[in-house]
Amino acid sequence: MDKGKKLLSKKTAKIRGWIQAAATLLTNIHITNLFKGKIYQGKTKTACVPGLNCYSCPAATGACPIGAFQAVVGSSKFKFSYYITGFFILLGVTLGRFICGFLCPFGWFQDLLHKIPGKKFSTAKLKPLRYLKYLILIVFVILLPMVVTNSIGMGDPFFCKYICPQGVLEGAIPLSLGNTAIRSALGKLFSFKCLILITVVVLSILFYRPFCKWICPLGAIYSLFNKVSFLNIKVDNSKCVGCNQCSKACKMDVDVCKTPNHPECIRCGACIKACPKNAIHYQFMGNSCEKINSNSQRQTTDIN
Amino acid sequence: MKCRKISQIVLLIAGITMISYGAIRGEASVVLSKAIKLCMECVGIG
Repeated sequence: MDKGKKLLSKKTAKIRGWIQAAATLLTNIHITNLFKGKIYQGKTKTACVPGLNCYSCPAATGACPIGAFQAVVGSSKFKFSYYITGFFILLGVTLGRFICGFLCPFGWFQDLLHKIPGKKFSTAKLKPLRYLKYLILIVFVILLPMVVTNSIGMGDPFFCKYICPQGVLEGAIPLSLGNTAIRSALGKLFSFKCLILITVVVLSILFYRPFCKWICPLGAIYSLFNKVSFLNIKVDNSKCVGCNQCSKACKMDVDVCKTPNHPECIRCGACIKACPKNAIHYQFMGNSCEKINSNSQRQTTDIN
Repeated sequence: MKCRKISQIVLLIAGITMISYGAIRGEASVVLSKAIKLCMECVGIG
């Protein structure tokens, strides 16, 4: 029974790639638009998707939360967005950075790039760069669109305009392939953003998720909720033998035994898979996935 | 543990309230109008 016990957390971690693929597909459900060179204009775009996904992607199902936040604070009508802030709080307190690990299309893109064979480098010595994403959040997502406005009180989405590589990857590239008018309008800004995208692609092959670790303002927001989110990671101290396999397996440079719900943890489950004693598992609202599974196992045994 | 549960509930209620308030005051339509048009800045047109 011990062998069959638990494993829901481990299974979830093992099928993470498939969950990421499904989440990317659901976030970009209008695939046929990719060939038409036009974007989807339905009402589902009133709602935001959980991950970083440009709403100028022809296939996008909903709005990008970071783009939507800048659109509201940069509009002439509002100077703060309760709608999007509430969305961040709701998703953050429910899942934390599980969204980065399982639901974000750009996170999956970086994961796939990192699978390209070749020399890989650790980011353990680059930990101070983690704080850059908070600076980007405050300056480019909140302050600049709010403060730097034109004559009618509207501000640019500075993060989308000068930093975000998703707009080029998901928006500009497919749109310019299918639409000659857009292709002819691309200029210096596009070239600059292409350079950012190429840099992120190269860095993602060498390092694990550089954009998530150092740049992403959405990851910065969700990280603030990691310690209080309903979904979290639990280390069973009675089972832990202190072998440190979990921390060695963690590509986000988290000391899992000490701080299993560190702001950098994207709940990818690498530690769960690495633990030889099955001492680490996901927990939702205080209910351990292990317990749920062992209970169902017990029920099955009872029936038999 | 109790403090953690209280903060979870407070945040959950705050999140739902803010989404509702934002939608009522018309932020959702601003999001929709931005999301259904081509975002020039995002794609690099300017």
